[in-house]
Amino acid sequence: MSQEKHHIVSYTTHGIVLAVLLLLTAASVAVTRLEMGPLNTLVAMLIAGAKAAVVLIWFMHLKFDNKLYTIFTVLVLVIFLLVMYVTFFDYSYR
Amino acid sequence: MSETTTSTKHVSFLEYQGKYKGILGWILSTDHKRVGLLYLYTMLVFFSLAAILGLLMKLQLIAPGYTIMGPQTYNAMFTVHGIIMIFIIVVPGLPAVFGNFFLPIMIGAKDVAFPKLNLASWWIYIIGILVVLSSQFIGGWPDTGWTFYAPYSFRTPANVLPALFGAFILGFSSILTGINFVVTIHRMRAPGMTWFKMPLFPWTLYATAWIQILATPVIGITLLLTVMERVLGVGIFDPALGGDPILYQHLFWIYSHPAVYIMILPGMGAISEILPVFSRKRIYGYKAIVLSSLAIAFVGYFVWGHHMFTSGMSGRALYAFSFLTFIVAIPSAIKVFNWVSTMYKGSLNLQTPFYWATSFIFVFMIGGLTGLVLGSLATNVHVHDTHFVVAHFHFIVFGGTGYAFMAALHYWFPKMFGRMYDATWANTGWVVFFAGFLTLYLPMFALGLQGMPRRYYDYLPEFHGGNIISSLGAILMIAGALIIIVNLVRSSRHGVKVSDKNPWGGKTLEWETDTPPTLENWDEIPTVSESPYEYK
Repeated sequence: MSQEKHHIVSYTTHGIVLAVLLLLTAASVAVTRLEMGPLNTLVAMLIAGAKAAVVLIWFMHLKFDNKLYTIFTVLVLVIFLLVMYVTFFDYSYR
Repeated sequence: MSETTTSTKHVSFLEYQGKYKGILGWILSTDHKRVGLLYLYTMLVFFSLAAILGLLMKLQLIAPGYTIMGPQTYNAMFTVHGIIMIFIIVVPGLPAVFGNFFLPIMIGAKDVAFPKLNLASWWIYIIGILVVLSSQFIGGWPDTGWTFYAPYSFRTPANVLPALFGAFILGFSSILTGINFVVTIHRMRAPGMTWFKMPLFPWTLYATAWIQILATPVIGITLLLTVMERVLGVGIFDPALGGDPILYQHLFWIYSHPAVYIMILPGMGAISEILPVFSRKRIYGYKAIVLSSLAIAFVGYFVWGHHMFTSGMSGRALYAFSFLTFIVAIPSAIKVFNWVSTMYKGSLNLQTPFYWATSFIFVFMIGGLTGLVLGSLATNVHVHDTHFVVAHFHFIVFGGTGYAFMAALHYWFPKMFGRMYDATWANTGWVVFFAGFLTLYLPMFALGLQGMPRRYYDYLPEFHGGNIISSLGAILMIAGALIIIVNLVRSSRHGVKVSDKNPWGGKTLEWETDTPPTLENWDEIPTVSESPYEYK
């Protein structure tokens, strides 16, 4: 029922996003050398989450699409995080 | 409801000759109505098979000790009965049959958003079924129960792999149907059909579709991990390799509890369509029903732990899951209040769909209230893994989804086939089935409270009385099911022809198309100007 306008992302933006993704990949490798105990997993997940967000926002055009898509994406992410939280709630109190 | 109706004589989708003829015209058709009927026929075949397995189990339990089968056969029976009933019948259930058939018509569209994907969903469903059933021919049926619990599922010598992989494939079919419905509802509603002018059945399909999309991948990954555990011994769930079997239960129920809502929500939608029509009254609390559907879909994600109260979870997690389980009862109760209020002071038209709808409320309430016994920590410990759970589960899943399915089938049957069933036989079938259902499952509550465990082929002598009654109920219920099936199958070919577009006096769009509908449902897409259920 709705009609979106086509949006073409510039090469510069794509280049910046690529550079950010490569930097974050390097960061995710680098943090494996740090001894942070249980925080290692959290940091790795945060970096991976940041990469996914960059891909979603620019490569997958969430930034330029109908806001409804952003709302649903965020909602799905919230549900996923809540499911993870509830699962690990059990593990953290065993 | 709409300003546009079609009146000229058209070729119905049943008679339409496309590129292919005969059976190819069906199994290669992308028409949403034919795809819906393909699901219906497939389910009818496999429901009959699984019902026979269920009857054989009840015949085994008619007396203590070996009656007609030994323990290994009994284990295989309840496993295959569960896998077929859950993954092949009730999970696809109403969305696959009535969703496919009626969703586009009810929102004023000519088809679903992705017709080819829709047909592909059915083919994937068939492939999944064949893979599940192949276990019988390559190593024997699995014996784990439909839950495939770790670590038994990768230790048992029975052949579990095809069942696991088949269930994984069936999940794809479910996800693709969900995606199709979400896009169809977002993009293809008729002009004027705002979200809150959409009928309630599409609303519940929408809520269900989101669960299908978001929860099904979890079971897919879990089943694949179990396959890997069994084949490669990777040590995720196997405690002997440092894995955690409770993690399996978490992952399994993260899907499988929301799956209960995949089963029941479309049933609730169908009941919400039927009651206003047969009460000649506007649905009570339309928005409350919509919002409660979404609330059930959302909260339903976070209650899975109540299946695991005796598994060894942490105490705090137990409290949290128990609390959340009680919360999810609220939106379900809202719906029941709305249905009863819809009937209140209505001009009730006592026809077969109405009988099924009201008996749905009755059995669903028993299932729901006994669910609170299981959601409460103190009482759950006593009845966990007893026949009480089996009775509760069947009241919800069979009593809920099954009754709603029958209500929907009797309600939409004249529109689907252009013929009317024999009402006397339909009502007789309902009475026999209903009596058999209660006789079969009510004693199981008592047996469970007495302490009879589930999934055993044998039992102590003190449980004999309840089991005799329950087994006789199973025979009665199967007799009722036979009456219903024979009546409907016969009527689909030889029933009295229905030329009226609207034999029940419904207000939603499907009653404005031809009976049966034409290939593309509409000559012109209707424009919607009123809310559904506007009975003056």
